[in-house]
Amino acid sequence: MKLKFLLASGAIALGLSSSGLRSAETVKVGVLHSLSGTMAISETSLRDILLFTFDEINARGGVLGRKIEPVVVDGASNWPLFAEKAKQLLEQDKVAVTFGCWTSVSRKSVLPVYERNNGLLFYPVQYEGEEESQNVAYTAEAVNQQATPAVDYYLKEGKKKFYLLGSDYVYPQTTNLVLLEYLLSKGVPLANIGGGFRRDGAGKIISAGKYTPFGHTDYQQIVAEIKQFAASGDACVISTLNGDTNVPFFKEYAASGLTAETCPVVSFSISEDEFRGLPADKLVGQLGCWTYFQSLNTPANKKFVADFQAWLKKSSVPGLVKEGRVTCSPMVLSYVGVYLWKAAVEKAGSFEVDKVRAAWKSGLTFDGPGGKVTTQKNMHLTKNVYIGETRADGQFKIVSSFDHVYGEPWLKGKFK
Amino acid sequence: MNTPARQVPRLETILLLALGVALVVVLPLLHAAGLLSSFTLGVWGKYLCYAMLALSVDLLWGHTGLLSLGQALFFTLGGYLHGMYLMRMIGELGQYRKPIPDFLVFLGWERLPAFWEPFASFPFAVAMVFLIPGLVAFGFGYLAFRSRVKGVYFSILTQALTYAASIMFFRNNLLLGGNNGFTDFKFILGHRLDDPTTTRALYLASAVALFLAVAFCRWLRGTKFGLVQHAIRDGENRVLFSGYAAVHFKLFVFVVAALIAAVGGALYTPQVGIINPGEMQPEKSLEAVVWVALGGRGTLLGPVLGAVSVNALKSWATRAYPDLWLILLGGIFVLAVLFLPGGLVSLPARLRALFSRRPPS
Repeated sequence: MKLKFLLASGAIALGLSSSGLRSAETVKVGVLHSLSGTMAISETSLRDILLFTFDEINARGGVLGRKIEPVVVDGASNWPLFAEKAKQLLEQDKVAVTFGCWTSVSRKSVLPVYERNNGLLFYPVQYEGEEESQNVAYTAEAVNQQATPAVDYYLKEGKKKFYLLGSDYVYPQTTNLVLLEYLLSKGVPLANIGGGFRRDGAGKIISAGKYTPFGHTDYQQIVAEIKQFAASGDACVISTLNGDTNVPFFKEYAASGLTAETCPVVSFSISEDEFRGLPADKLVGQLGCWTYFQSLNTPANKKFVADFQAWLKKSSVPGLVKEGRVTCSPMVLSYVGVYLWKAAVEKAGSFEVDKVRAAWKSGLTFDGPGGKVTTQKNMHLTKNVYIGETRADGQFKIVSSFDHVYGEPWLKGKFK
Repeated sequence: MNTPARQVPRLETILLLALGVALVVVLPLLHAAGLLSSFTLGVWGKYLCYAMLALSVDLLWGHTGLLSLGQALFFTLGGYLHGMYLMRMIGELGQYRKPIPDFLVFLGWERLPAFWEPFASFPFAVAMVFLIPGLVAFGFGYLAFRSRVKGVYFSILTQALTYAASIMFFRNNLLLGGNNGFTDFKFILGHRLDDPTTTRALYLASAVALFLAVAFCRWLRGTKFGLVQHAIRDGENRVLFSGYAAVHFKLFVFVVAALIAAVGGALYTPQVGIINPGEMQPEKSLEAVVWVALGGRGTLLGPVLGAVSVNALKSWATRAYPDLWLILLGGIFVLAVLFLPGGLVSLPARLRALFSRRPPS
């Protein structure tokens, strides 16, 4: 009895002292993604790539000599829960930095929490801009790193008519308003922009393009409209449809006889990872536009892809999907984000948010899988933009690229 | 043990009062003394708002036999109406530094739409929190009950109602923020929302509101009205044939339940910092039904216990076991249904039965 007690207390003391030691040697880093609910299919991949990146960095000695200790929480695709988890990470776990969020609404939900606590959030998914918080590092693609390069590509290909289609929320609405201004500035007449406009009382256009709600399944009428619009043979579609609505849309599109030759579609929300839930054979030849594709033929990318696959094989993270995994732009921007944070911390010589932010603003560079990226004063990122054609295996054949595109979040009223 | 039927309500009163004192007095005092973090108190404030939603479900389901699968609609409406006031209080501190809410700037509006104007007034917003959910409940309830929509058909209709409302609120054209809803609140009644004293005041308001709602339900249960209510649950046709206009009773309960949910929602918005149409989606209402089932249907303590325990577990497990928490939660639900059909409130009685020598009756 006595021996048992002694042993137990000894074990507790050991446990306490070792945990005390551990926290001195590690730095806590938050991972705030949805691991359950509707967004889990996309966001779990980002959790995986983050854990991979932390392991890679820890194997090389960590950050400022301290190992990264991830604090993974589940936002569960529930926006108030995102705010609660963000608060928990900042106020209770006192994480040095958080990598997280996918949807704009989750970012909007946690933003006040990061601003109030002067925390730092790295946000990796293409978004609508119109935001420049000092507490967010936007590694994400801004609209001019995805949408406007796609238009440039189409113009070069001789396209004259543009149909705008999206899901009804902030990102598509903003993107399409920016695109409208951009197209007009390039001399495309209003009559050649499809999808319809909504005007306010004074006749000013306040919404451009066709919108469908989340989970919409009936695209018959819209595809018929596109077919009519594309009859002249020089039309294309710019799609900001989100998530699973892409399945019925592309099925209907293929069924109507429209193809990538007669009227190509560029989608801003479909990356390699989305083809786990989308029929790639229905999208062959259709375009994607991102700042990274897995098919990039560079040594840095090949090593990155191979390292990630090797990590998947030996990792023991519970619930990790090991088969059929690909890499995509949001994953790479998460990966790049961690390395940029590490570079900023090392330059600042401190984990303090104010100093890390100042280091970010000084212009750091990192040679990532998608090429060189450079941090900007406006908390965004300069990076390369690629346009790819979908192949039947769910990968992209790169057909065009734009080097070192500056990330600009404020685009409305910019193109005259 | 001898007369359990008489003892249980007395025990319930004691428990309710003890819980009331703990929630209304002890927790805020601990926070004021610095022994409880603002984070924890804020999270508890959220649980108590959810408890009001659960109470609203139980008032209908457990006490009147009306299983509403759309109760989160009224909760969210309350949240939106109070949210409109909070949005107006942001002033020019939004992303665009304009005097109108950000999402309106983004939609190209330069002036505030007329229906937004009066929401700068707190009393007006509070009045709307009662008026609009009350009217929606009255209109829907009147049509449903007058047409004798009952049982599963009533449940399906309520579910359809909240689903339809969520689709409507997702639309940007409604000028209520679309998918993103309202967020980035800064002030309430001139106080900063990030102030610890504001956190405490909001928590206290939630605790008091919940306490009053429970007290009201308890009082109602003891009146003749409460008897008719239970009679409707147990045999509506007999009530009708006895000469009672069941429609009026049901309508009254439905409106009261909607108001309780709406007040919960109104207090919820400033504490979580966001309200959006996701809260109206059918699964949210279903969750509330699960809380009630787990806590103990047809009791007063049950819904509160269910809502608080499930959500506290969720808060803890999404941090401690982010990969497994759904399995954990689901497992608990299954076990509760199998072994504890009376809910958490029946646990002491079950244990007592288990440990007493007499076989359980």
